Amino acid sequence: MRLGLVIDLDVCVGCHACAVACKEWNASGTTAPLTDYQPYGAEPSGVWFNRIRHYEVGEYPNNKTINFPMSCMHCEDAACVTVCPTGASYKRAEDGIVLVDQDKCMGCNYCSWACPYGARELDRESGTMKKCTLCVDRIYDQNLPVEERQPACVLTCPAHARMFGDLDDPQSAVSTTVRERGGYGLMPELGYNPTNHYLPPRKAKPIPTEGLGKPGFKERLKGLANRIVKR
Amino acid sequence: MHPAFSVIFFTVASGAGFGLFALLFLADALKLGGGLTPMQVVLAGVAALVLVAAGLTSSLFHLANPKNAWRAFSRFRTSWLSREGVFAVLFFPFAFAYVGLTWLDLSGFGALRLGTGAIATLLAWITVFSTGMIYGCLKTIRQWNTPLVPASYLALGHFSGALLLLILVQPEAAAVHAYLNLTMALLIAAALLKAIYYFWIAEAGVASTINTATGFTRAQVKLLDAGHTHGTFLTQEFGFQIARRYALALKLFAFAAAFVLPLLALLGAFGQPDWTLAVVSTVLAALGLVVERWLFFAEARHVVNLYHGAQRC
Repeated sequence: MRLGLVIDLDVCVGCHACAVACKEWNASGTTAPLTDYQPYGAEPSGVWFNRIRHYEVGEYPNNKTINFPMSCMHCEDAACVTVCPTGASYKRAEDGIVLVDQDKCMGCNYCSWACPYGARELDRESGTMKKCTLCVDRIYDQNLPVEERQPACVLTCPAHARMFGDLDDPQSAVSTTVRERGGYGLMPELGYNPTNHYLPPRKAKPIPTEGLGKPGFKERLKGLANRIVKR
Repeated sequence: MHPAFSVIFFTVASGAGFGLFALLFLADALKLGGGLTPMQVVLAGVAALVLVAAGLTSSLFHLANPKNAWRAFSRFRTSWLSREGVFAVLFFPFAFAYVGLTWLDLSGFGALRLGTGAIATLLAWITVFSTGMIYGCLKTIRQWNTPLVPASYLALGHFSGALLLLILVQPEAAAVHAYLNLTMALLIAAALLKAIYYFWIAEAGVASTINTATGFTRAQVKLLDAGHTHGTFLTQEFGFQIARRYALALKLFAFAAAFVLPLLALLGAFGQPDWTLAVVSTVLAALGLVVERWLFFAEARHVVNLYHGAQRC
């Protein structure tokens, strides 16, 4: 089983709701709290697992704004696990989730050097490295109703741009959509094999509104009926 | 990369200590320049051990949660940082035995003395190699992902160790010439490796770009908004970028202080062996090596910078 996220770049509106939901959910739990530095001060900053960045793709006037949420990719060949000297960083065999054992981490930052996606951040208060847990404390929680046993970011997305599932199962919704939409992993040349995939923007077929030709009898009849109903 | 002074001091000091010990053992075992007196071996050995210990202690200051530092020995099968720790600690008992047996100067223990010294030298080489590989194994930092990095660590460690050994060797004309030759050879080797390294990392990377980072490989990609108004852990740790002209000035200074001036001083010492020249060369070289190590971190551009607007790393 290889659990991961699929994020639809065609649909994401960049509202940051997933980042806020992640921060809220992780206010308690094993890696909580996610420390804020100067939250009401001059230079607010803090520990976040999920960050959304915004890019301009293409050149004006053929450009497009892409909103790019990024969290831990739970890579198949996660170098962050290989380089960790204390064994705090580990990848679960049963579901492929990469986690940081807060009791073992010595805060050397080496795993963050190894991560190309910037998934790991040092929490200055605890002195340990923290990262997206794929809501491992939600997805297996029997006290939650089944439909809520998903990562907080997936549940909260108002545009339904985030999906969660088993990418090892070819029949799952996430695997199907990755196949159909041509989903891809980031920086494949590094060989980390990220589990999280991104769906590219759809190519919208242009719908012509001019030069349609004369309306036929049926269209004129329909237009007449519409005008009568409207007025 | 944000250069951390504790790591800079750690790598320079421990590199010099391990280099000094390796050269000391080789000079003693191979009777370089007629060999060393037991007192010289003990003095140099203690200096090497102090340098290594100081360096390792300094590295602890880099940790945000040092109470778990003892766990760092557990993953030596996969982690170069863990391997470095294991080999560095293994070095101490053998080095102590070698220095202790030399100091005691007992007859009949000659083979054991040389044996422990040989094992300690081997461990010193493996440790410095492991230190270089901590950086060299990372695919995320193009400037570090080259065999020139562990090679440079070994070369610079031996060069700085040779300078220290030169100070500790008493100026008897024949003996000093051998050590001067050794130091100059190591200086030239280290300078060449460093020059090749700076040449090698000069061009911007082509493998990972903002296009491969975002997946939009057929269009121009620019950062619109990083998503945070002020810094994050990532921008603080990886966002440091040194201006090209400062980097060039620092490289010239590092070369001058670490290689050119010591070379001139050492050549001058061929006429009459001068202890002060050796000390001055060592101080200059130490300064140059600290600057070189600072540049090593400052010039490194982690690929996460691609997500913060860099086109290439």
